[in-house]
Formats: sequence, C-alpha cells, structure tokens
Amino acid sequence: MLTVLISTIVLAIVGLALGLLIGFAAKKFDVEVDPRVESVQELLPGANCGGCGYAGCADFASAIIHQNADPSNCNSVSSEALKKIGLIAGHEITVRERKVAVVFCSGSYSHTSHHEEYNGIMDCRSASLVGDGDKECHYGCLGYGSCARVCKSGAIEIRDRLAFVHPELCIGCGRCTQVCPRKLIRLVPITAKVHIYCSSLNKPLKKRASCMNPCLACKKCARTDSSAVVIQPNLLQINYSNPPAPDFPERVKCPTGVLATAEQHLKLELLPANCTCGKETKKK
Amino acid sequence: MDFHTLLLVTVGAILVNNVVLSRILGICPFLGVSKKIETALGMSGAVVFVMTLASFVTALFNRFLIATKFKVNGQEIDLSFTRILLFIVVIAALVQIVEIIMKKFTPSLYVALGIYLPLITTNCAVLGAAEMNADEGRSILASTLFGFSTGAGFGLALLLFASLRERLAASRTPKAMEGPAIALVTAGILALAFMGFSGLVK
Repeated sequence: MLTVLISTIVLAIVGLALGLLIGFAAKKFDVEVDPRVESVQELLPGANCGGCGYAGCADFASAIIHQNADPSNCNSVSSEALKKIGLIAGHEITVRERKVAVVFCSGSYSHTSHHEEYNGIMDCRSASLVGDGDKECHYGCLGYGSCARVCKSGAIEIRDRLAFVHPELCIGCGRCTQVCPRKLIRLVPITAKVHIYCSSLNKPLKKRASCMNPCLACKKCARTDSSAVVIQPNLLQINYSNPPAPDFPERVKCPTGVLATAEQHLKLELLPANCTCGKETKKK
Repeated sequence: MDFHTLLLVTVGAILVNNVVLSRILGICPFLGVSKKIETALGMSGAVVFVMTLASFVTALFNRFLIATKFKVNGQEIDLSFTRILLFIVVIAALVQIVEIIMKKFTPSLYVALGIYLPLITTNCAVLGAAEMNADEGRSILASTLFGFSTGAGFGLALLLFASLRERLAASRTPKAMEGPAIALVTAGILALAFMGFSGLVK
C-alpha cells in the first residue's frame, strides 16, 4: 500500500514539475507570431496544393503578410475570402476569375488506333519519350495518369486511358498542366461549360484515321454561332472570353461529338463506339 | 566502459538488432513516411535527434529515481514498475520543451524537422530504446550511444525502404498488391535480408 502511495506521489510530482517546466519554457521562449498570418491562413483553402508557388497555405499566408504576396495567386480561394484577406492584409485585391483544368482530348484507348504496345514505366512523360507513345495521334492523351498522380484534390480520373477532369473537384492549381508532356491540359474559366475536346493540329483526314472523336474542323459550330468559337486551320476552339451556354452542343449537334459539356464528354467515353464517321477509314 | 563494448552497442543497434526490421518497433512512421526519400530523410534526422536526447534523459531518470532503492519507515520502496509511465511522460515533455526552444533559437531547424518532431513524441521506438537501456542496465554514456545508434538504424531502414518504394511506385504492380500490400511484403523481405547480420555480434 505504501509503495502505491509513494509511486503515485512520485509520478504526480514528476508530472507537475515537467508541466511547470513546459509552461515556463513556453512563456520564456515565446515566439511572437503575427496574428494576421493565422487569420489569413484560416481563410485560405488549406489544400496545400502549391499552386501559388509557395510551400503550402501556411507559407503563403505568411508571404501575404510579410512579403506582400498577391492573395489572388491562389486559384481556389473564393472571392469573399479574398476580400476578407485583403481587409486583413491591407492589400488591393483584384478578384480573379476562377479557373479549372480541362484535358483537351477525346481519344480514349478504344476510340483510337495505336501502333506498338508500350511496356515501360507507367508514366506519360516516360511513354512520350519512347516511340512517341502508343496512340497513333501525336497530340492525343497518353493516359498513363501523370496528371492524376500530381493532382492533390483527386479531380482527375483516367478512364480507358483518357484523362478527364471533374470540374466540381478541380481547384485550379495548375499542377497537371505542367506535368502533361503533350500540354493537353489548360486552365479555362469555370464559367465556360462547353469545350472542344481535341488538340490535334493534324489534317482532318489524318485525324479520322487515328481517332473516332476528333475535331474535323467542319465549322458546323461556327455556322451555329460564330462568336462562340475561334476558327483555326485544322482545329476549332471555344472562345473563352465569350463562352457559349451549356445548351450549345444540342444546338450544334457536332458530328463527332467532340464539342460537348463535361457530362456529355464523360458519357461519350462510356458508350460503345457508335460514331461511324471515323470507322470506315480506321483500319485499312 | 571500454571502446570495445561501445562499438558492440553501436553495431548491434544499427545492424543486428535493427529497431524496425528485427524488433518490429516504430512501424507506423516506417510505413507512413517512406513514400519519398526527402521526407524519409527529415524523419530519420528527427528520430536520431529525439532518440539520443530521450535515451540520455531517461537514463538519468532511471539511474537516479527508479533504480535507487530508498526506504520509508524501514520498508524498501521499489519504483521500477512505474518505469514505462515515467518514461512516456518524460519523453513527451522533453520533446515539447525541445520544440519550444528550437522554435525560438533555430527556426530553420524547426522548419526542417517540421511535423516530424511532434509526431515521434509518442513513438514506440523511442520508448523502446529507453526501455531496452533500462533492461540491460546500461550506463548513461552507453545508453546515449545506444539511443543514437538505434535512431541511426531506424534512419538506415527508413531510407532503404523509401528508395525501394520510390522504385516500386514507378513499376507495374498487380492491382491487388498495390500500395500498402506490396510495401508490407517489401518490408518483410528487407527484414529477412537484415537477418543475415544476426551472427555478427554475440
């Protein structure tokens, strides 16, 4: 009984002494932290994506306060939070439009023709070095998921060897745009719902031979609404300074289905290949 | 304490009785922070630092508080059963104090060790090293050296494992074996390889 009592007392004393020591050390060696840094950090998204160029949200918050970094370098912070950060830090805030990443390619594995098999490291950067990848289209998505692996918010899905960005998950940090060896991923304004999912600059005939859903530059969309698209030699693009409404694809009825909203683009990959426009010329 | 014994303690702790691979302690950070060599390096540094310090301080406590037999009312009091409790409290408090002091005087080191320092506060490998010291009845110097060597052994295992896993990440793994599964199998094979050292120190 005495042992129990003594050991309890000893442990209590040691605990108390150490506790006091910690308390003393915390007071004595206190580092003054600017309270503004903490409140700015709370307003930042906390994803630590690194899109702003700093090591994380905490680092960025201290850079905003101490080095006058521009808070709008963060792509995923909401405009209300941006205003509050501006009030705290005393900066002029220019509200920037939110952006999301889009993979401009529709060439999933079953919708494209390929040359050799690739058996190397399962990474797009490696695959693009070896014989230019296994898909025939030089501009197509390699589909080995380099972008999906760098994505911190898990917004990129690889389906049938084609990368797809889920816009509702994307925070627009832009890491994927840097890692893609083919530069197929670009950041576009979130207000644009319709995209032309093709990046190939090949001639239309060559595109038909290698892919079932290319942009054949038929200009059907331009005839429907000339202000909605930008006409380029072998490839049309959505005019992102004046993006068309989400019902644009229904009005156009793009023959290859490459002009689509994100949802339609996903469905295109799920359906069995029902588009015949590229089929006759596919395997000769 | 001669040089020979100290050398045996060092080699034994790093290679023969490696804390992770043959004693199976500290598996959580071993699996958790071994995906990249960079983070593994940071963790190893923090573990070596904390383990050395903790071994030293717990050896002091062991020597002057627990191992001392004192008498109350003619009855001898043996406090050795409170050892684990005491060591946990001491190690946790120690890491806290070191962290506070480090934040004040060496902010760069504080940033470099970052999250790893508080993470290993309650790591079983640190407590294990302190316990082994007490079990073996080592002197304070030998205990400190043992703590350092055990930390170095942990670092060695972690770095080896991290470099293996970096290679694994780029290679094809069967779907069912991806991630932790293949990591655990690799850890097992690595542990088997370390068994080869078992005849080195008697």
